[in-house]
Amino acid sequence: MKATHVTAAALALCAGLAACGSPTPGQPAAEGSGRGPITFLGGKFEAESVQKIVDAWNAAHPDEKATVVLLPESADEQRRKLIQNAQTKSDAGDVMLIDAVWTSEFAANRWVAELTLDTTGFLPNPVETGKYRGKLYAMPVFTGTGLLYYRTDLVKEPPKTWDEMKRICEEVLPKQTGMSCYGGQFDKYEGLTVNFSEAVASAGGELLDASGQPQLTGDAARQAARFLADGFKSGMIPKEAITYKEEEGRVAFQEGKLLFYRNWAYGYEAAQKTDGSSKVNGRFDVAPIPGLTGIGAGTLGGNNLAVSAFSKHKRTAQDFIAFMTSPEQIRAFARTSSMPVPLASIYDDPEMIKKYPYLPALKEGILAAKPRPKAVRYGDVTAAIQESAYAIVTGAKPVEQGLSELQAALGPLLK
Amino acid sequence: MLSPTMIVLALVVFYPLVAAMRESFYESGQRLDADGFVVEGEWFAGLANYAGVVQQRFLNAALNTTLFTVVTVALEVVLGVAMALVMRRAFRGRAFLRASILVPWAVPTAVAGLMWKWIFQADGVANALLGTEILWTADGPWAKLAVVVADVWKTSPFVGLLVLAGLQIIPAEVYEAARVDGATPRQTFWRVTLPLVKPALLVAVLFRLMDALRVFDLPYVMIGPRKQSVETLSGLIWDEATRVHYGPASAYGTALFLYIAVIAFVFVKLLGADLLSDVRARRKEAARDGA
Amino acid sequence: MARERVRARRFWGSAGMLGIALYCLVPFYWMVVSSFRRTADIHDKTPWPAPWSLESYGAVFAADMGFGRSLLNSFVVAGTTTLVTLAVGTLAAYALARLEFRGKNVVLALVIAVSMFPGALLIVPLLELFTTIGWINTYQAMIVPSMSFALPLTIWNLTTFFRQLPYDLEQAAMIDGCTPFAAFRRVMLPLAAPGVFTTAILAFIATWNEFIIAVTMVNDQARQPATVRIAQFTGAAQFDTPFGTQMAAGVLVTIPLVLLVLFFQRRIVAGLTAGALK
Repeated sequence: MKATHVTAAALALCAGLAACGSPTPGQPAAEGSGRGPITFLGGKFEAESVQKIVDAWNAAHPDEKATVVLLPESADEQRRKLIQNAQTKSDAGDVMLIDAVWTSEFAANRWVAELTLDTTGFLPNPVETGKYRGKLYAMPVFTGTGLLYYRTDLVKEPPKTWDEMKRICEEVLPKQTGMSCYGGQFDKYEGLTVNFSEAVASAGGELLDASGQPQLTGDAARQAARFLADGFKSGMIPKEAITYKEEEGRVAFQEGKLLFYRNWAYGYEAAQKTDGSSKVNGRFDVAPIPGLTGIGAGTLGGNNLAVSAFSKHKRTAQDFIAFMTSPEQIRAFARTSSMPVPLASIYDDPEMIKKYPYLPALKEGILAAKPRPKAVRYGDVTAAIQESAYAIVTGAKPVEQGLSELQAALGPLLK
Repeated sequence: MLSPTMIVLALVVFYPLVAAMRESFYESGQRLDADGFVVEGEWFAGLANYAGVVQQRFLNAALNTTLFTVVTVALEVVLGVAMALVMRRAFRGRAFLRASILVPWAVPTAVAGLMWKWIFQADGVANALLGTEILWTADGPWAKLAVVVADVWKTSPFVGLLVLAGLQIIPAEVYEAARVDGATPRQTFWRVTLPLVKPALLVAVLFRLMDALRVFDLPYVMIGPRKQSVETLSGLIWDEATRVHYGPASAYGTALFLYIAVIAFVFVKLLGADLLSDVRARRKEAARDGA
Repeated sequence: MARERVRARRFWGSAGMLGIALYCLVPFYWMVVSSFRRTADIHDKTPWPAPWSLESYGAVFAADMGFGRSLLNSFVVAGTTTLVTLAVGTLAAYALARLEFRGKNVVLALVIAVSMFPGALLIVPLLELFTTIGWINTYQAMIVPSMSFALPLTIWNLTTFFRQLPYDLEQAAMIDGCTPFAAFRRVMLPLAAPGVFTTAILAFIATWNEFIIAVTMVNDQARQPATVRIAQFTGAAQFDTPFGTQMAAGVLVTIPLVLLVLFFQRRIVAGLTAGALK
């Protein structure tokens, strides 16, 4: 217990990055100093680019080497594993990559340590996802939001509103065969929460107001739910979209089965491929997603880096995060990977824009994007949203009933 | 002779089992202090965690589990016995047939789940072959069928192999005798083969029953969590545990345990005279045969 | 008339065989075909890959994945589990089938009680236990729990097998001067071989395919079995499930298993026949 206090004090003292200089190479790290070798728990995804950063760190810090340990690919499995480590107070992972929406839960359970890191130069919204009750517990490393993919060969100007989108579809679709208007992720999983809260935000509302109270009985929520429910009923959204996760829809868009598709930025590179896997290469572009009365607001995605509360080398761990999220490393990462990063300057860099032409649209999207509800019991919150949203989009429950049930279900979960 | 078994079981099963059952009476991790931190520790909760047992979600899952168990085990028994009979016959290409029957059981469940999901997805090969546009992986009756097809595929070989082993210890003379007596193949099967293979078949069915009642991975991987039409009790427990509701998860687990225990008990009592028959009875038989 | 009936029966027999083989193999065939497609045309529905590609297999054996090593781990864990389970389980089954003691049915009931509790709930307490005794990242942390799942089936199945075997054989052996253990080893065991062997196959495959315990107890990549490895494969982007790679890995995990079982089965059957002729 005493030791933890000392570490916490040491961390608190070490304000700002500059003060946190690591010991000079060659000098053995003293025991109990919070320094020493660390383990980085991450998925294999983007592993090559991440490994380069780790190699650069290891070259500069021979006494505080970082080892990458892979977690299973599925997000559920990763979460289970991290929670199990925390519950057994295991130091198997000093630094961990967590989904942005887990931050509150991990912080409230004291599974992750508070961070004293500089976030200057980062986009404000992603940084907000790393905070719990105003304090930083996780440093954003990947970010992103929903974009509207559309066919440039069929659509002159991307729609700004849902009505415009419908109108364009009514003009274009009769001349096409086997093509539907719009798709998103509507299977019963996290993606449905994303799409549903995106619709609500795009109608000018929010799932939760500033005080954290659910706002699902308002007009915005109703309009959003109607847009989705009517979309399915009228066939504007194809019925198989109820089984879509990111990839199923991406494939449908690439095969020319969708005129508009909501997806993350990663889909751009894949749809641009010329190896025959995409029938739409060179014939699509991305735009901010449409809304009820004007450009909509996306939902913020992304991953953050956190230090395990049970790490024996918390100072090294925090330095490692600072290193990984330093402008030089982020820029190097962005050059080899299309995964969007939270550093503002990347989005204005002409070299980067040339490489990833969607960056301006993405920046606009991220700045307008809304985070998903911040909740300690986020798992319960998202399950409740999925339950009602699935019933609404499949038509199993009328819009009003689904929303009022959700309002009632969320209340006690957000206390 | 039994002690090694007992040591292993005590270590890895009875301890966790008791721990999990204890958990079902406690509440933990659900309270926040004024600073927004989760209060550590646990509180005795009485039967509060068991409240969900009478609610719609649990009952729906119990119904799904029961239905799924009855249907799949019945199909697997029929198919498994057929497989065993086929594997037993000597003919050219028997090794190939045996290999093909082994394949489904040998494919890792997670990969099998993924493969079936792939086959059954909206633009998958199942719809292409059938010329249909069924949304197998969406919540609904088709999802049930998809899961049954996949599970029967995956586990029939288990029954097949156990029954085959049972067939192999039936002496050839018995069949010879039946043939001499002029029994038709159908008579031989019902009057000779089936009674003799009954103990092996019962063990297979018993273990399939217990496994099917705990099924979780195929519906979870193929259709997804929290889908009403295919959520099983184990799926519900898994879902609660992932959301760190260990109290309710343990309570549901204990309820499922009792349910399975009752079914297994009834099964053994009704059909399992051969499984638990007393040694003395056998010995008497032996003495009589010897006399 | 009778010949016609025989012919009809043959026909239905063959049709049944064919049906069974198709049901077992067609989904697997689709898995194999998918594993030979390029990532670019993984969504094709042609009955065979066009063009054929080893891209997925290349990804499975990429140097940094250590897939070969993980296959070896799977083999060690499944092999040890099977051998120990058989040794322990055969003894227990023999005792239960042949010896008289009070509370025998209670023992049998306790043994399967294990198979009645949902596995998901055993993981966390087990993880706590293994953390305390320092078993994390060890083979035994996978072997011992797998044994507890394989033992009940072994014991129950072999108990029924031993019970079915006629008693006088052992008695004859013992009269001939064999000790009870020798009688068991020389007479009973070979007779029960189909049962022993089948249980071994089932235990081996069940352990080989075990995922949840392994992923929970072993963080060290050098000790992870193949199933855990397969779950770590990723596609080009975050949401991209590497379907081709996973199918290729699935094929690679399945085929050796089937071949191994067939090989041993043949050897054992041959051994048995030889024994009977003596």
